[in-house]
Parts: sequence; structure tokens; C-alpha cells
Amino acid sequence: MSIFVSIIKKEVLHLVRDFRTLTAVLFMPVVLLLLFGFAISTEVNNVRIVAVVDMHTDQTRQIIEKFSSNPYFTFEGIVHAGEVDKLLRKGKADAAVIFDYGKAPHRHQIIVDASNTTMAQTSTAYIESVLNESSETPIVTNTLYNPQLKSAYLFVPGIMGMIFILICAIMTSVSIVSEKESGTMNLLLVSPIRPRTIILGKLVPYFLLSCIILTLVLVLSYTVLGIPFSASAFNVIWITLLYITLALSLGLLISTIAATQVSALLVSGVMFMIPIVLLSGMIFPVENMPAALQWLSCIVPARWYISAMRILMIQQLPLEHVLTEVSVLSGMTIAVLALAIKKFNAKN
Amino acid sequence: MKEKEPIISVCNLTKKFGNFTAVDNITFEVGKGEIFGFLGANGAGKTTAIRMLCGLSFPTSGSGTVAGYDIMSQAEEIKRHIGYMSQKFSLYQDLTVWENLKLFSTIYGMTDREIKIKADMVFTTLGMADMRNALVKEIPLGWKQKLAFAAATMHSPDVVFLDEPTGGVDPATRRRFWEMIYQASSQGMTIFVTTHYLDEAEYCHRVSIMVDGHIRALDSPAMLKKQYHAATMDEVFRIIAQGAQRTD
Repeated sequence: MSIFVSIIKKEVLHLVRDFRTLTAVLFMPVVLLLLFGFAISTEVNNVRIVAVVDMHTDQTRQIIEKFSSNPYFTFEGIVHAGEVDKLLRKGKADAAVIFDYGKAPHRHQIIVDASNTTMAQTSTAYIESVLNESSETPIVTNTLYNPQLKSAYLFVPGIMGMIFILICAIMTSVSIVSEKESGTMNLLLVSPIRPRTIILGKLVPYFLLSCIILTLVLVLSYTVLGIPFSASAFNVIWITLLYITLALSLGLLISTIAATQVSALLVSGVMFMIPIVLLSGMIFPVENMPAALQWLSCIVPARWYISAMRILMIQQLPLEHVLTEVSVLSGMTIAVLALAIKKFNAKN
Repeated sequence: MKEKEPIISVCNLTKKFGNFTAVDNITFEVGKGEIFGFLGANGAGKTTAIRMLCGLSFPTSGSGTVAGYDIMSQAEEIKRHIGYMSQKFSLYQDLTVWENLKLFSTIYGMTDREIKIKADMVFTTLGMADMRNALVKEIPLGWKQKLAFAAATMHSPDVVFLDEPTGGVDPATRRRFWEMIYQASSQGMTIFVTTHYLDEAEYCHRVSIMVDGHIRALDSPAMLKKQYHAATMDEVFRIIAQGAQRTD
């Protein structure tokens, strides 16, 4: 058996024998995706809607028909103009649509209960889109790419950005540092194996593990979460592989800095998890941040990756729209990998 | 032992870290098949010296050869011809006895056939055939140390470096460990061993004592005891090391 293969085999044995960690690593992405996709959802279902109609026309009948048949709405009936306020106040309805044909120009009005702002915004957008389809009265709102404002979509790139850093950077750095702690790294270094064989032998199993997780995530995204499958999936895969390589290099870099497993965990936690959650645009849009934080967010790899994934997976745009992101990620990968290998060799 | 050709030969070896001279101008030779005790208090520079001999770090100045290869220019060749067992017990705890032996033998370039023959021999001589498929973390410390020694000598290296190999085990186990060392030595392997147990120093053919980066004494235990008018190596060590400036 070649030396390289035996090193990989040993690493795979470490992974498989640590059954609890392996299970956690495989289940975490699935649970996160389902949790963010369904449970923690900013999507609004069953908006209870009432209508006030001063004059029935084919058009109002058509719109009301649409509200009744739409799964996102529960049509609660036609009411008098005076009752709307009472119904909203009592919580019997979430929104009201008022069709006003009294005088030209015709203006329709949407009244919405905004005690929950997220819900108000989302249901307004729904109602507008329904009205828009059938009314010649112009309303300008247009929700592109994600017409139902499904939140599951939006979280997929963010979760992918987080998972691969978690698995690649944290697990590789901890695994290398634990060999330093236990002294086995010394045994490898006094042996005739070259340092780069040790490093590659460490990285390959985690790369393969990441590929399994990528498959899991993509299958879930394209089936259960219902992201439309298109030609861009190919770009999603190879850009993710690039991002995985970057995350592995970061893990390697941490392992050259940290002396103990605890410090490796802390360094990866502070350096990666917090910036990813806060600065990558995963939860808080980068565009809404103060300029200083926007600049700071540029050094967070996840920001570029998540942005590329949104464009490719949700907007389904071709590759030329993510060239900036791809070049930034490639540049970061080369720089980090070069630095990590240099530091690893220098230390030994 | 001195009349035999030297397997380790070191001349004016020095290692500096900034202003700190860890190893200061040491010169010695170790003969083939010799059991060479490398003693010194903590911080005396033993580990730094061993790292240079194993090709893990380069000397600031001076020269030396190990197993016929130059420590400056042929570090990779040296690594092929030595075995190493470190002070902390270190094999892979979550691999089995057999997987550990196989891994390290493969790393040292043995073929699968050679490994099988050699491993069967090791299992029989150590009487651990029934532990073949046990995870290393599940076997007692004494056995682990024998196993680590076996792993370090499977590929029949010219020199074995043992860095405090018997830390933390009881006297009976230490004795059995030294029997293994003698056996390896009788097969022609050179043993370069550091230890804190001075009764073990008595088992060595020759002993060097390092103080503050220098080698202060180098001779057989009998000659050293005579020279310092001491009854045991322990006394010899205390006389020599009492002036040490560097301690941990």
C-alpha cells in the first residue's frame, strides 16, 4: 500500500471510529436546512383577508375568486367598509382589500394589520401580486426570482456558507492540532513522509466528507425545499468545491497557529462563525450595514460565496454574473493555501 | 564499544534560538550496537539535540552524521534509517494494535509481505497476539510502550531514538522494557536513549550528561562512578548537575 493511501486510510478510520462526531456532522446540515427552511420561516401562510366592494364587476369577482383559491389566503368574506377596522382590531382578519370604483381614477386600497411587521410586509406583497395579475389599476411592486417570498430559498446559500466552514475549517484544524497534542505528529515528522503528504492525507478525507454533505444539501434543496433545478446547478457545484478548498486551507492555517484543540476551536469560532453569521449577509443584508462594516465584510469568504450562491441558485443567472465573487474566492484560496503551507513547513 | 565504527558522530554541534544557545558546541560519537544514555536535567538541551539528530531541525553550526548520512544535507535519508519513540506515549489511540503497526511500517517503506512476517514475529515475541485487533486506547500502558517500541523498530532501523520511553510505568514493566532494548541492541541496532530514571543509566554502555547545553561528562557508568567517587549514577548526576543555571 502506498504511503499516501495509508495516511488517508488512517484518517478515514479516525473519522469513522468517532461515530458521534460523524453522525453530528452529517445530520447537522439536514437539520439546519429543514429548520431554517420550514420551522424558522418568515413566510406567511393563511392570511385571513376580507374585501370591501362598492360595485361588483367581473374584475372584482375574478380577484375574489383568486383569493379564495390561493393557498396563502383564507378569504373571510365581503364586509361593509365600516366593519374593517373592527375586524382588524379584534384580530378576526389580517388584511382587507378595498375596491373603490366610486370615482375615477380607480384606486384600490390594501389595509393590513402591521402589529407584526414581517407578516404585514409579506402579506402586502402577496396581495399586491394577486391584484396586479388581474387589475388594470397599476401597482408597481414586482417580486422577482422568489415570487412567493419563500424564505427557505434565501437560507440555503447562507446555511451552505456556514456548514462548509464549520466542517472543513474547524474539523481539519482540530484534527491536525490533536495530533500535535498527542505527540503523533512528531512520529509522522521524524518518519520519511514528506510534510505535504501529511497535509494532503489530512485534507482528502475531509474534502470527500464535504462532497457527501454537498450532495445531501443539494438533493434536499432541489427536492424538499423546491429550489428550481437548472443548468446553474453545475456552477453551484464547482464554486462550492472551490469554497470547500478555501475552507480546508483556512483550517490548515489555523492548525499552524493554534497549539491546542481548545484554542483551535476558539480561533475558528471567533474568526469564522461570528463574522459568518453577522457579516456575510446570511441573516442581515450586507447592503443595510454601515459603510465600515460593509468594507469589513469583504474579508469574510462566506460573504462572497453566499452572494454567488444567491445569484446562481435563486436568481438562476448564468456564470458571468458571479465573476467577481468567483475571482475573489479563487484569490483568497490561493493566498490562504500558500500561506498555510509556508507556515506548516516553516514550523517543522 | 568505542573500537567499533561510529554510527552517530557529532562535531561542535550548536543550536541557537535568537540569543539563547540551547545546544552549545557538543562533540561525541556513538558506536554501532551501543546503548547510549543521553542524560540531562530538564532544559539542558537534550530534546533540541535529539531533534537535530533526527533531521527535525538544522544546527546553527557544527556538523554530524547519523547512520552515515549528513545531518545538514541528508535529513531525508536519516529519517529512513532511524526509529523514534517519544516521551509521551504516542500511537494512534483509536486505531487497533495491528493498524498502528501496519501504518508505521508502511510509512517506513516496508512491503505488505514484509509487514505481515515481521508483525507475526512481534506479536509472538511480545505475547500480544490476542491483542492484535484491540484498540490501542484499551490496552494497559505497559503494553502500549512495548507496542510503541515495536512500531519504532519494525523496519529494523540503524539507530533508535528513545525519548524518555519509560515515563509513568512501574519498575517491573521498566525492567521488561529494558530487556527489549537489550534484545534490539544484540541484533545490531544502536539505542540512543534519554531518561530521568538514573537506575536506568546503569544499564547503558555509555552515558553522557548534559548541563546548560554542554556535555559535562561522557563515559561508561562504571568509569563515571569511579571518577566522581560515587556509589550510584544518581550521585554522579547530582554532582555534575548541581551547578546548572537552566531549569524549567
